[in-house]
Amino acid sequence: MTLSSVTDVDASSPKHLRGRYAIAGVGETTYMRGSKYSTRSLATWAIKNAMDDAGLAPGDVDGMLSYSGNDSIFCPFVAGDLGIRLNFYMDVHGGGSSTEALIGIAIGVIEAGMCKTVAIFRSMNGYTQVRIGGTGARSAVPINGDQIHHRAYGWQSAGQMFAPTFLRHMYDYGTTPEQVAAVKVAHSRHASNNPKAYYKNRLTIEDVVSSRIICKPLHLLDCCVETDNATCLIVTSLDRARDCHRPPAVIQSVVGRCCKPRADMHYQHGPISTVAGHYAKDILFPNAGVSPDDIDLTGSYDAFTFTTMLQLEDYGFCRKGEGGDYVSSGIIELGGKRPNNTSGGHLCEGYTHGMNMVIENTRQLRGEADDSCPVGPDGKHQHTYDYSEGGCRQVKDVELTANLGWAMPGTGSAMIMSKDTR
Amino acid sequence: MSLQGEYMGMMLTVDDVDRENWEFFAWCDKGEFRLQRSPKSGLLRYPPTTACPWSADRSYEWTPVEGRGAVHSYVEVHHPIQPAFRDKVPYMILLVDLDTQKGQPSAHEALRVAGNLVTADGEFAPPEAIQSIGIGTRVRMVFSKVADGFSLPQWTIDEDAEQPENPWRYPQE
Repeated sequence: MTLSSVTDVDASSPKHLRGRYAIAGVGETTYMRGSKYSTRSLATWAIKNAMDDAGLAPGDVDGMLSYSGNDSIFCPFVAGDLGIRLNFYMDVHGGGSSTEALIGIAIGVIEAGMCKTVAIFRSMNGYTQVRIGGTGARSAVPINGDQIHHRAYGWQSAGQMFAPTFLRHMYDYGTTPEQVAAVKVAHSRHASNNPKAYYKNRLTIEDVVSSRIICKPLHLLDCCVETDNATCLIVTSLDRARDCHRPPAVIQSVVGRCCKPRADMHYQHGPISTVAGHYAKDILFPNAGVSPDDIDLTGSYDAFTFTTMLQLEDYGFCRKGEGGDYVSSGIIELGGKRPNNTSGGHLCEGYTHGMNMVIENTRQLRGEADDSCPVGPDGKHQHTYDYSEGGCRQVKDVELTANLGWAMPGTGSAMIMSKDTR
Repeated sequence: MSLQGEYMGMMLTVDDVDRENWEFFAWCDKGEFRLQRSPKSGLLRYPPTTACPWSADRSYEWTPVEGRGAVHSYVEVHHPIQPAFRDKVPYMILLVDLDTQKGQPSAHEALRVAGNLVTADGEFAPPEAIQSIGIGTRVRMVFSKVADGFSLPQWTIDEDAEQPENPWRYPQE
């Protein structure tokens, strides 16, 4: 199937920023249900952890970005709590495609001289307060104007909204429930080697396809976990990052909220089995100067098993239509050629609207995946590369990682990072 | 005046300044499916928008469109979110390719109109109807009343149409 191109935007011009910025620190809270903390408290917890990770004092951070769907706290409150005086902040509306987009914005504002070091956070009680799946308070709100065209039909949750795309991919390409279930199986195996993961039990294909149907084609175990947590990334120039405690994860390119035509109603512009990665890849790879074959590790947004599969396919990690084969081939598992979501991702580790996959790839690039391997005298994990249950999850020789963020089929963000070559 | 009414336990409101949606649902209440057509591009669009996606033309004419087409994709919901849908499961949300303007202005585009699968009388379809349809099934539009002056488009099986022998369905039944 080919897709007619409505716009051919060359957004791949600022190559002079390639390799000039880095993730200097990462931090998160525990992934919980029933956190008993406010989103303000969770946010300061995650940001403090990221500052400690980077070795930065409050006076070293002068920029802040956050995103939410009116279910979080604003930057000035948490900055004030932590003694950070801000030269720049912005609280952005949005969910799943925000992480990489905000990293790009942070690079832009630092480059513009507006501030020097930016903490990006997402804080949410996604289980006990505003349920991301739309149940509870979110299912009872009045419905206005444009929303009537979907919500009035009982078409509201992310799973319900994306299902026509998932189903149509099965129709167009013969993708099977068992193939896609392999995403959950892989991520559950990764999570079993992640002490932080909310769900650590290893699952089988049979477990997934025999779990109850939520809305066809999604079984319960095709859907991610809802959790309470906050996460933080600290972005600064590569030069400054090199002065921090941890090895920098160097940013090679970013794409932010790249859209299909008519992303407001994705289904008007077919093929509906094609997602925004189809467009985003033409910014992501030229900006970094690499191709999908060069990538050692992916972090493809797994709100659902299908989102991972669709993105890996449309970003070109396999041919169009062969996503089902790709994700069920073993390639995406630890020990495979290009593992995906080695922390267990949203399906198993916790739901943070894209942040934890960037945190994981940062740790992987440092060679510091926080698994259960023994800790040596230098305080670092002595990785065994034995990926059996409860063991290692560090990927060997990671040089280049890709993060593929998803808001909806029509909108996505992405980022390529590398190990510091200095 | 705003359009407002309770439907399936939800308060639906269309503000009067939301002129495009207001007019769309008001036409539905007259039993007419009308879409905006840009005089500049000559193309219809759905859902209602404030300009033509192909010509950026802000002017439009409400044009009668035949409410017939084929299922392009669907959702069969077994776990409802909104409380009033709990006693309707399983229910179907259809994404229907209208015959009008299918494959225009590019090969994979269509006016893809959402709605639930309902009976000809507008009741939620029973399980046997849900199990009989899939991608390719021919459907026709009916309307569900929300309040005076305010109705929603819905889809029912087109009894007069020639139906595909085996419409594509999710393989795991």
